[in-house]
Amino acid sequence: MNAPDTETLRRTPLHALHLELGGKMVPFAGYDMPVQYPTGILKEHLHTREQAGLFDVSHMGQRFLVGIDDAAVARALEAFTPGDFQSLGRGRIRYSLLLNESGGIVDDFMTTRSHDPDEDGRFFLVVNAGRKAVDDVFIRERLPSNVTLEKAVDRALIALQGPMAETVMARHCPPAAALSFMSATVADIDGVSCRISRSGYTGEDGYEISIPASDAERITRLLLAEKEVLPIGLGARDSLRLEAGLSLYGHEIDEGTSPVEADLTWVIGKRRKMERNFPGATRIMDELLSGPSRKRVGILPDGKAPAREGTEIVNGNGQRIGIVTSGGFGPSAGGPIAMGYVESAFAQDGSEIALMVRGTPRAAKVVPLPFIAHRYKR
Amino acid sequence: MSEIRFTDQHEWVRVENGVGTVGITKYAADSLGDVVYVELPSAGKKLNPGGEAAVVESVKAASEVYSPVAGEVIEANQVIADEPAQVNADPEGEGWFFRLRVSDMGALSKLMTNDQYKEFLKGL
Repeated sequence: MNAPDTETLRRTPLHALHLELGGKMVPFAGYDMPVQYPTGILKEHLHTREQAGLFDVSHMGQRFLVGIDDAAVARALEAFTPGDFQSLGRGRIRYSLLLNESGGIVDDFMTTRSHDPDEDGRFFLVVNAGRKAVDDVFIRERLPSNVTLEKAVDRALIALQGPMAETVMARHCPPAAALSFMSATVADIDGVSCRISRSGYTGEDGYEISIPASDAERITRLLLAEKEVLPIGLGARDSLRLEAGLSLYGHEIDEGTSPVEADLTWVIGKRRKMERNFPGATRIMDELLSGPSRKRVGILPDGKAPAREGTEIVNGNGQRIGIVTSGGFGPSAGGPIAMGYVESAFAQDGSEIALMVRGTPRAAKVVPLPFIAHRYKR
Repeated sequence: MSEIRFTDQHEWVRVENGVGTVGITKYAADSLGDVVYVELPSAGKKLNPGGEAAVVESVKAASEVYSPVAGEVIEANQVIADEPAQVNADPEGEGWFFRLRVSDMGALSKLMTNDQYKEFLKGL
């Protein structure tokens, strides 16, 4: 038997609720997680874009980076990321990358500088579930002695995403409605102090809410009781982020991928570019100047057949020019969509390529990302 | 007089006057989830028992559909090509995949009857 041993899978604080809601559970990054509920991936996806979807993302790593003050923590972060954290305002969130010495991406993550001056010297980090252990070692090896990485223990993390997310949150937590996208605060929901971020990974407006594990199920039920909200599984989470053109670790990005290849050069701070003092700066600055040899692009297949991860991309002569890193059906796009890497000569919008699906080349085009326009509340 | 038989890969075949209609079972359709694309065989294609005949794709993944019996394809169901959701809506009726002229009627008896398939599902 090669079936995954469910005994060894970890459970989030919402595991029992997933079972009660009829979640179809699958192993994901070492956790037993719902891939979908009885609603089904298609409707879960569309509901999130039309109203609001609630996701359990408690498997992700919640961390605090702690130092004497915010400036010290910001400086420490800059040793292993390309972001300008010294200019990050109070209560602001920034997406960034952990970079190794050759400019490869060790992980992508969110960082929040607390809104609260009393929390000076305490940045909140959220990292990928599958990279937690690697990240902890990687970060600790690069921290000065006066800055430490601490796990946020016994906390759940849920995401409420979609155009009705603000309306729903306003009923339970008025301060949440006042946040702009990529801002955060700490506020009570039904008497429980929660860390509330206006952020997400679906392309929609929404929130990510860190809740003490002991109250997580009650707060989640409170939000699920709202008529606009449905529970959404990992299946729709993946199709939503693919339509939004967002990279997923282990698919679009990994330790062999640079931010320039991944079309994530915007994460490199202007000051950092001038200082050229981030890991892999030599390679990255060279790629910025002369262009990378391959680039992440959006791909629109001509017909109806989806092209899955691992599908070879070829040119008109049948020569291999790249590979699909995420691909499937976009419920809101109404057809097959994909992302992948192609040689730079084929990376411009409108470039004609072919996808080798089940041994047959099928016509496709390189298209701009995202497939579905982002609707963040700026 | 028609009879319906099932495979352990969750295909069904209903045979009438030497012509078999093939689809996937309700169990298979439910397990796959929302079907978003099907690839069907062309008329004239010769299929072997257990050979790849069609592809069915859900939002998450692609799966093969195997022919339960040997034969030559007569017709593919254009309805599910245009509207793949029909596979979920009526998998053992309007959501059929293709029809073939069965070349080995004797092989049918090796497939599961309705009752046997029900028992087989209980063991999964």
